[in-house]
Amino acid sequence: MSWGFLRDLLSGVNKYSTGIGRIWVAVMFIFRLLVYIAAAENIWKYEHDEFECNSKQPGCENVCFDHFFPVSHIRLWALQLMMVSTPSLLVVFHVAYRENREKHHNRKLYKRPGEIDGGLLCTYLISLILKTGFEIVFLILFYKLYNGFKVPRLVKCDIKPCPNTIDCFISKPTEKMIFLCFLVATSCLCIVLNLSELSYLIFKYSIKCYLKRYTKKHQ
Amino acid sequence: MDWGALHTILGGVNKHSTSIGKIWLTVLFIFRIMILVVAAERVWGDEQDDFICNTLQPGCKNNVCYDHFFPISHIRLWALQLIFVSTPALLVAMHVAYRRHEKKRQFRKGDQKCEYRDIEEIRKQRFRIEGSLWWTYTSSIFFRLVFEAVFMYAFYFMYDGFRMPRLMKCSAWPCPNTVDCFVSRPTEKTVFTIFMIAVSSICILLNVAELCYLLTKFFLRRSKKAGNPKHHPNHENKEETKQNEMNELISDSCQNTVIGFSS
Repeated sequence: MSWGFLRDLLSGVNKYSTGIGRIWVAVMFIFRLLVYIAAAENIWKYEHDEFECNSKQPGCENVCFDHFFPVSHIRLWALQLMMVSTPSLLVVFHVAYRENREKHHNRKLYKRPGEIDGGLLCTYLISLILKTGFEIVFLILFYKLYNGFKVPRLVKCDIKPCPNTIDCFISKPTEKMIFLCFLVATSCLCIVLNLSELSYLIFKYSIKCYLKRYTKKHQ
Repeated sequence: MDWGALHTILGGVNKHSTSIGKIWLTVLFIFRIMILVVAAERVWGDEQDDFICNTLQPGCKNNVCYDHFFPISHIRLWALQLIFVSTPALLVAMHVAYRRHEKKRQFRKGDQKCEYRDIEEIRKQRFRIEGSLWWTYTSSIFFRLVFEAVFMYAFYFMYDGFRMPRLMKCSAWPCPNTVDCFVSRPTEKTVFTIFMIAVSSICILLNVAELCYLLTKFFLRRSKKAGNPKHHPNHENKEETKQNEMNELISDSCQNTVIGFSS
């Protein structure tokens, strides 16, 4: 999977972020993207081949695997990384729109196109809310689909065409659980960073607004 | 495995490190990351397929016994260790980027105190390790040490030492009785494990040496200031800047850009 595009996107976003936003980008890159590419992909590579059931009945293993893993952990993780990075595009588009406008009118309309104020502030806040929303949705999805974040060694399957209830064994369950815990921890860290950035921006600009109104009143 | 991004970030940090820090970075890249990518992955590539147990019982060999003896693969543990150990260097990169940002702001406001002629000079400037940057740099080295030690201990604890045995006895359910299981390439894996542990120890020693060097420098500077309150800042600056430039010419061969942080 080529993650170069996502990496370039995140580097571009870094330019228009606040300090906390930059920490978020660093956490995304290093603790999520890099760990995913460097480690996680290999663990889940042969998950279907290594899923073994105590039965020679043809089709039983396939049916049981499909029942316990409707969507593979690793695919869900990749989707989460992509969805969570995408709202930052809104900010990039808005800045590009501003620069385009300046070029079109041939004069300076904004102090700096990348300065977070006015419309860009709204876009930035919306992107933060969307990012947090996606993170929470995916965490809930993970929890609901797999009944928690544990990966059991043994699962019991009794779907047709399996005769009776048979034992099925998942490969590398401990390693998978360790990396899932890592995923959840970094996800929560990113949620905390997004929420603190949100409160920081709202606080900063409400103070700015209040001071402006206060000085106007006194003039 | 995309270690290029990490390489680019760390290359930028290289500019603001001490000489020992630069040696540490070289050791990290050549003896750890390169060895991991080029050699170790091949050796551990077939670890589960070639892990053979003396039983035909489904679920016993491939899943239960393998999972019992290898809760987390050596390769993944080393990859995580490298990622965690490289991360504190980011703190320094962020601090330098913040200082650059402040200087740019001052320059833009037209501050008289600002001694730079243009933005390019601010971007290229190398900051001395003193003041708050000293504290950031020292805490980054401290965290590096802690992470190295924690991972080495986790390794030792999980695998009962650093040797890879040829034969392991497994009696976890559903294996009937006690079953003999054989690890693939045990000697080669032991050699690489010992190599990685040795390089890890060298990195710990380098970090300890760098920490001592920074502390010694700090106390010397303090005693100098206490003993000689009237120092000549211009003269000191010139000498140190010359030394810095020489250091850069001799040892700086890595990339100087840091992803996103240099803007």
